[in-house]
Amino acid sequence: MKIEARLMLFISGFCAVAAAIFWGAGLNRAYRTMTSGGTIMLGACCLLGLLPGGYYLWWSKRMTPRPEDNPEATQAQGAGVIGVFPGNSIWPFVLGVSALLIALSLVFGFWTAIFGLTLAISAVIGVIVESRRGGVV
Amino acid sequence: MTLLAERPGVLDEPHEPEPEHGPTGILKWITSTDHKVIGKSYLITSLVFFCLAGVMAILMRTQLASPDSTVVSQHTYNELFTMHGSLMLYLFAGPFAFGGLANYIVPLQVGAPDMAFPRLNALSYWLYLGGGITMVAGFLTVGGAADFGWVAYAPLSDAVNSPGAGPDMWIVALILTGFSAIFTGVNICVTVFYLRAPGMTMFRVPIFTWNMVVTGILILIAFPVLTAALIMLWADRHLGTHIYSVAGGGVPVLWQNLFWFFGHPEVYILALPYFGMVTEVLPVFSRKPVFGYRGMVFATISIGALSTSVWAHHMFTTGVVLLPFFSLMSYLIAVPTGIKFFNWIGTMWRGSLKFDTPMLFAVGFLIVFLFGGVTGVFLASPPIDFATHDTYFVVAHFHEVLFGSAVFGGFAGLYYWYPKMFGRMLRESLGKASFWFMFVGFWVTFMPQYLLGLRGMPRRIAEYSASTGWTSLNRISTVGAYLLFTAVAIMVVNFYVSWRRPVQAPGNPWDGHTLEWATSSPPPHHNFFRLPPIRSERPLWDFNHPEHTTRKHAEALAGTSRGATPEPAPVPEEAGTT
Repeated sequence: MKIEARLMLFISGFCAVAAAIFWGAGLNRAYRTMTSGGTIMLGACCLLGLLPGGYYLWWSKRMTPRPEDNPEATQAQGAGVIGVFPGNSIWPFVLGVSALLIALSLVFGFWTAIFGLTLAISAVIGVIVESRRGGVV
Repeated sequence: MTLLAERPGVLDEPHEPEPEHGPTGILKWITSTDHKVIGKSYLITSLVFFCLAGVMAILMRTQLASPDSTVVSQHTYNELFTMHGSLMLYLFAGPFAFGGLANYIVPLQVGAPDMAFPRLNALSYWLYLGGGITMVAGFLTVGGAADFGWVAYAPLSDAVNSPGAGPDMWIVALILTGFSAIFTGVNICVTVFYLRAPGMTMFRVPIFTWNMVVTGILILIAFPVLTAALIMLWADRHLGTHIYSVAGGGVPVLWQNLFWFFGHPEVYILALPYFGMVTEVLPVFSRKPVFGYRGMVFATISIGALSTSVWAHHMFTTGVVLLPFFSLMSYLIAVPTGIKFFNWIGTMWRGSLKFDTPMLFAVGFLIVFLFGGVTGVFLASPPIDFATHDTYFVVAHFHEVLFGSAVFGGFAGLYYWYPKMFGRMLRESLGKASFWFMFVGFWVTFMPQYLLGLRGMPRRIAEYSASTGWTSLNRISTVGAYLLFTAVAIMVVNFYVSWRRPVQAPGNPWDGHTLEWATSSPPPHHNFFRLPPIRSERPLWDFNHPEHTTRKHAEALAGTSRGATPEPAPVPEEAGTT
């Protein structure tokens, strides 16, 4: 988990340095308008990497070591359930159609969003019901 | 039906496949959350968009073949180059890599049963399909499709200069495909971080998967900015805001900043996956491990980081960017790319090379991308950029980079993984014919465009007069475009032949190195019945060739601080006999 954390934090750190250079250049009044947008975007990128990177780092120090981080692990050490993977489900398709209809309301007017929102709500309910009822097969 | 995925055992006898139940037919496809089905859907859809965009390119080249041509009207020509760029970049090159091949291959390469969020994965495909159809459907509107170039610069893209529903559909399509890309990016990162097989440490993950992780991070950096910029553009067009228009106190160049802050990471989102594919193909067909594995990984991460701070090299001529900063950063990004080239050549060096079709395409990629990269270094220099900005020189440059990566690299990956995905082989003879048509056609198409650019021919013009002297070069370029068209047609024939007269693919036709070849072709539900022990970055090779273990360790460690001196010559005569 440490390498994942370092990867995120490295990109975050790079963006922080670039943002600092931009902010510094903006102190010169002639460059102010050229650098304000870049400073904000790079600063936001720094935060974007800091959030998962910091979380991974915090977590990597507390978790029990995983077999996938152990170079000597055998397949047997990872035996058991990995996770729950949903089988066939219609709801991603319904949600996709609803997203399309909601997005098309930006072109054709509000009426497509009515259908879209209806479908989206039904898809959300459907996914929740499916997850609860599906359980373990 | 929800399934708990169990870790595959280390048993040698295969399990009985689980009995199929659940929906059948088209409902099975629509409801599928299997990464393999979604990956194949992505792949086929993106290739359809590739062919559509290719037809648009042929129309444009036909128009430019002679001066004062009237094959298409000027307005149609604007639509064509806009949609050609949009389809190729947003709907082919990206989704082909991170939606198609990565979706299919990344879980297999890390030994995972599926992507981390299968339903999110399915949603991302439906968003992509919906967005793609919306974008192409722009042609059916009264005013035609979007015609402001794939970059949609303000104020050309505002409601006065580009009225109608077509541009709005373009905006909506990009918002949808943007979300689709973001979901896929999250999915790939989480899959690699959390679903690796035991022993598959991050520094044993295949380079393709590494590149996809960095691509996923870049997607998360870039696409939200594009979506935000597009929503503001829509607000400018419909709600009367003046974010990008001078009239209301807005800043048109803000669009360029936002767009290229997306656009330049996007270029690497389109390139890194293909670097990864080539890095998978070269060692397998050289029968050697990747040269400098860690160097490759660090180069990829550096490219990812640097690509966030080079965006304004597309905007040198606007006069409102920090020229030295962006010029320096653009030069710097050539360094990790150079490291990659060094390592690719090092991988082939004294290897036992086999020139099957994937290898031909991979070597074609090296040559083509090198030329694109070198002219990119020219363009990173502001004085040269001022002279060549918006000419065909730039067109030739980015076609070499993007065609080199997305088509040569992508087809290397496609030919390499097609047996795994579809369980049947492609014909070598047709594949090689396709490669040579493409390779020759490529140079014939794009080398004249460099010269045209240096002679001053601007981009995005539908007509030119004979007195300019551009006719003969344009005509050569058009001939090349038809050769490229032939190459793709041969490829389609190859798919058709393999569909109608299948030749069964074995589980491991190329004597591959990585885990995706450790299962059947195509893989069963939840991918693996058994996994080999993972002790290096090429576990399957270790398993199949125990006699090479010692030499392998020496080579794998070469170039690291712990490195032993690699033995000078590999042992080609015994390599790869499975």
